[in-house]
Amino acid sequence: MSQLETAVQQLKNDLIRMWNLVISQMEKSRLSILEADKGLAHEVRINEKRVDAFELKIDMDSENILLLKNPVAGDLRLVISVLKINYNLERIGDYANTFARIAEDIEEPWPEEVFKRTHIPEMYYIVQSMLQESLQALQQQDKKLIKELFLSDKKLDRYNEEANQVVSTLIREHPEQTHDYLEAYTVMRKLERAGDHVLNIGEELIFLFDAIVIKHNKSAIS
Amino acid sequence: MIQAEATNVNFYYGDLHALKDISMKFDPGTVTALIGPSGCGKSTFLRLFNRMNDLIPHIRLEGNIRIDGRDIYAKDVEVDEIRKRVGMVFQKPNPFPKSIFENVAYGLRVNGVSNRAVLTDTVEKSLRQAALWDEVKDNLKKSAMALSGGQQQRLCIARALAVEPQLLLMDEPASALDPISTGKVEDLIFELKKEYTIIIVTHNLQQAGRISDFTGFFYLGTLVEHDQTQKMFLNPSDERTHSYITGRFG
Repeated sequence: MSQLETAVQQLKNDLIRMWNLVISQMEKSRLSILEADKGLAHEVRINEKRVDAFELKIDMDSENILLLKNPVAGDLRLVISVLKINYNLERIGDYANTFARIAEDIEEPWPEEVFKRTHIPEMYYIVQSMLQESLQALQQQDKKLIKELFLSDKKLDRYNEEANQVVSTLIREHPEQTHDYLEAYTVMRKLERAGDHVLNIGEELIFLFDAIVIKHNKSAIS
Repeated sequence: MIQAEATNVNFYYGDLHALKDISMKFDPGTVTALIGPSGCGKSTFLRLFNRMNDLIPHIRLEGNIRIDGRDIYAKDVEVDEIRKRVGMVFQKPNPFPKSIFENVAYGLRVNGVSNRAVLTDTVEKSLRQAALWDEVKDNLKKSAMALSGGQQQRLCIARALAVEPQLLLMDEPASALDPISTGKVEDLIFELKKEYTIIIVTHNLQQAGRISDFTGFFYLGTLVEHDQTQKMFLNPSDERTHSYITGRFG
């Protein structure tokens, strides 16, 4: 392999490691929220530093490849995509960190009723599936999986649209639990945003595969 | 500005089939870069546009080379007439062992221009176009051989421009120059395309990316791909182009 090929492959491998780390962060944050597990929440908070370090390393390596190796065509698209995917993964990692911070303050697991009405477990499931599918799309160069992401994101949007109504109703019914409900509201909003970031990643994958920019033009994906 | 066009061009050096069925069109005011590994035929193709290959023995051309619609290999076409309209700049600067002024005025004198005022005006205009005027205006009688490599190359460009060609052919014009001189020549090409149609052979892919509107990739005598430069360097259609520009072969 040429120097460029080696550098590009290494960059891709690092991105995949970052991706898996963020997937793991999201899973641990889910369990910490659902089960009020402070230990796991603490683990996520510690690992957040690893996510940040990965982001910096991938940024720096991408810049070096652009600067020193003059990539073109598929190599150039990969480096550009990696830079943008890296940013989006880091933001998702930030959300996992926020969830863990919330979980650290939960003394008793939230009542089942809260999860049922806010759909937080379902939202988590969708975001985690989207993360897995987007990674699989990269590894298998599979555009069909990217289309799935758009459908999944619509489901997240629907739950998020109900968030105001659901949470304000919960607060009216149990005003003494307002703090927990507001935290649940934050989790819903950020899970929806996490879905948007995975969608951005999907857009970058389309650019990587086909050199097509579908930002602001989702119909182009078909 | 003129349009140049090659249609179904096949070119042979004796038994060697050097160019295979090449068709390309060069629109007015555009820069087209020809890229490809050594020996792929890009320089041979470039030289067809001013009949530079004519003197090589045992050559054979099939197909048409047209400039503004006229077949430049037609029997009634004078080679001198073509070379007035088609300027050429080579890889190594090749100034004549004469003064800076005489180098630029050479083409005009050969064409019978002797009026001092016309010569002076044209020399200044050409040197300005070649972005060399400010550096040599006080030393026009100095030998061209005393100039630096980068200055000599811009002098050769000024010399080519003096006869007011419409098509400019450049065969690796910056490959022997340092980065500063290369930058000046590239800036110059960018300026010149406002008035000229330019075809440039280059081995420097970044240079092709910087200066050209279109790029043609030649491989083993065939034109593999010809497209907008941006498209070619971001998402080439042909796997061979991808392999070449990413350094996987060639």
